[in-house]
Amino acid sequence: MTYTAPVKDIAFVLNHVVGLDELASLEGFEDASKDLVDAILEESAKFTGDVLAPLNWSGDQQGSQWKDGEVVTPDGWKEAYSQFTESGWGSLSFSTEFGGQGLPMTVAAAVQEMWHSANMSFGLCPLLTQGAVDAIEHHASDELKQRYLPKMVEGVWSGTMNLTEPQAGSDLAAVRTKAVPVGDHYLIKGQKIYITYGEHDLTENIIHLVLARLPDAPEGVKGISLFVVPKFLINDDESLGARNDVSCVSIEHKLGIHASPTCVMSYGDNDGAIGYLVGKENQGLVYMFTMMNQARHAVGVEGYGIAERAYQKAVSYARDRKQGKTMLGKDADDHGIINHPDVRRILMTMRSNIEAMRGLGLECAAAFDRARRHSDPATREKMQRRGELLTPLVKGWSTEMGVELCSLGVQVHGGMGFIEETGAAQFLRDARIAPIYEGTTAIQANDLIGRKTSRDGGQGMSELLSDMQEVLVQLKQADHLDMKAISKRFEPAIASADKATQWLLGQNDATLPSATSVEFLMMLGRLAGGWMIARSALAALALKKEDGADHGYLDAKIMLARYYAERMLPLVESSEIIVVEGAESTISLDSAQL
Amino acid sequence: MKILVGVKRVLDYNVKARVKADKSGIELANVKMSMNPFDEIAVEEALRIKEAGHATEVIAVSIGSSQSQETIRTALAMGADRGILIETDELLEPLAIAKLFKNLVEKEQPGLVLLGKQAIDDDSNQTGQMLSALTGMAQATFASNVEFEGEALKVTREVDTGLESIRVQMPAIVTADLRLNEPRYAKLPNIMKAKKKPLEIIPVADTGVDVSSGLSVVEVNEPPKREAGVLVKSVAELVDKLRNEAKVI
Repeated sequence: MTYTAPVKDIAFVLNHVVGLDELASLEGFEDASKDLVDAILEESAKFTGDVLAPLNWSGDQQGSQWKDGEVVTPDGWKEAYSQFTESGWGSLSFSTEFGGQGLPMTVAAAVQEMWHSANMSFGLCPLLTQGAVDAIEHHASDELKQRYLPKMVEGVWSGTMNLTEPQAGSDLAAVRTKAVPVGDHYLIKGQKIYITYGEHDLTENIIHLVLARLPDAPEGVKGISLFVVPKFLINDDESLGARNDVSCVSIEHKLGIHASPTCVMSYGDNDGAIGYLVGKENQGLVYMFTMMNQARHAVGVEGYGIAERAYQKAVSYARDRKQGKTMLGKDADDHGIINHPDVRRILMTMRSNIEAMRGLGLECAAAFDRARRHSDPATREKMQRRGELLTPLVKGWSTEMGVELCSLGVQVHGGMGFIEETGAAQFLRDARIAPIYEGTTAIQANDLIGRKTSRDGGQGMSELLSDMQEVLVQLKQADHLDMKAISKRFEPAIASADKATQWLLGQNDATLPSATSVEFLMMLGRLAGGWMIARSALAALALKKEDGADHGYLDAKIMLARYYAERMLPLVESSEIIVVEGAESTISLDSAQL
Repeated sequence: MKILVGVKRVLDYNVKARVKADKSGIELANVKMSMNPFDEIAVEEALRIKEAGHATEVIAVSIGSSQSQETIRTALAMGADRGILIETDELLEPLAIAKLFKNLVEKEQPGLVLLGKQAIDDDSNQTGQMLSALTGMAQATFASNVEFEGEALKVTREVDTGLESIRVQMPAIVTADLRLNEPRYAKLPNIMKAKKKPLEIIPVADTGVDVSSGLSVVEVNEPPKREAGVLVKSVAELVDKLRNEAKVI
């Protein structure tokens, strides 16, 4: 059940595909030199491999336990968490003002992939803290920032996001939790569900960010405000004070991520939980959305992180397991099932998709970094558009693929894969939540066709497709058989995406596009992944010309890209047909006929 | 008191060593390299000694190619104060390494030199002992515990017969065995700070030390593959095989 972080592959994308050197040249990112990032990746690999990965299976089996309002995490988690915070891993991309390291989001995303591969249930705790820190840092008053951020950045306090209520899931307009102003604070009353790490024993305090309504708030999404509600109130001397009126009523029994407590939180069972307003009244949802991109991106990283772990397990099993006479073995004794062509199909599908997703995840993070730090305002704007456009792809496509690839990982193991003790099943169970939380795939698809495509008249999309055209030109100019093979499938795939986008923009009503929006999202995700892996092939080809090049490694990068182009990109073309022609039949039955 | 710690860049312990096609040595191009695990233990011990107040400065020393700077940075990220790289592209043997260390000992005057008991690439297990002979400093090799007793060290050594405790006067050379401690993980802020810590690079030629070697490598070969076993019918046959085939009795 081991995990070895793919440091070389991650560094390859950072250094040769998404342009870490260029990021490090931006003001404020000077620290992010190749040497430093290499050292960070190495140390993170050590930590995640030695400390987090060994707790993954035991954590799943034991699970977090609820008793009388307290939640006990599995054996070893407390120690691992304190090592995690002492090592400063949670503070990577946070601003130096509050004790963070101020590194680019791109570097943070590279490191976070390792958390989720090693132990997704564990990785969720810092992931949620990060979301809460972002919300406070961007929108709260200086006083709240000073009071909460240093400890949260350090990781000795964790953070949670309290959005969902039983009647308000994807539709947050239905939020009912109440907030009544009393002096300098508010009293919060209501129930929140699905609160990840809402209660646990890893940190001395838990800072909840809670969506609630003021008594005079307008109906719907325009009447939601955001509050900071600490588990323990903070005294003026910064010590921990009284227990706030918030408690964990129960935790859910779930398909996966057993070690991550998913809590039902009750606010204000007695007098009301003391909360502090973040920013202005009734602006809660706007604030949530500014950080939503980051949180969604982080869940996308989970998608390929968990797939990477499943791949490592599958490939190692395929090497060891001997069955039948193989077609690809080097000699008569070489009967590992890895030498069956169809097992190669599975492993190549896993590996190439993971590389494509990792490329896209890091490209998206790099876009947000450039949007924040680039010296040219026009580039900043374009990169913000780019990051926002890619986010639903990273979240939607990578998490859907994460499930598919973890399922393939089970398949490699045959009957053994279906047996829990093997461990391959856990990855599939854990992966299954990622397309659901932080906005389901359908919500991502709505975001993609609405906010990210139609709203700007397709500007962001046409910029993206034209960047892809540039890569297509490079592939054609490379005068190389594999690059030609890639361009052969990349070209019609781009054309298909363009046609599907035009169809979408031509619709007056959102009903038909909504019926095939997930197909549109998967199509664009797959294409964008193809764009990234093609760039990786071009980079590998260029590196092969250098002295002392690692030809075996670089040739593999090129062949993975060709495999992806030949076996994944044709799906983009068929998606065009589905998007354009498949909408009507999808919605034509009367609901009673179903 | 200063502590000098040796840190060698070696083939990572997880990497399967492969012999170069021309049999001139082990393939080191494009494979993962990292700090010799015994040296990591030595660095950890030096840091603990400093944290306990017995030392004021920990200096990480590497002798090797320019890339050995990464290994020194790893030690700096763990907490060492500064680094020295004696730069050479040659693969030096223990005697040359010991002479170069002697040169540094004279310059830096450390109270303690901490080395790994051996490096996992060549498994020589000689540098510490040779350095002791060259400098006249006391040696305590294969250490699994180090305690301070005034100007002396009480060192527990792992020897074939069990554990042996000896007392050595400082300045001394201690070589670290596997159970001396468990090296820490570098903290992220320290990894960032390591970049700014001083790292002096001295070309080997500038040391004036004769690093020429009396040895030459004839050929490097993989160990023979283990062959399938056979069932013997009698003790006599076993004895016969041991005597005449395996030639071990």
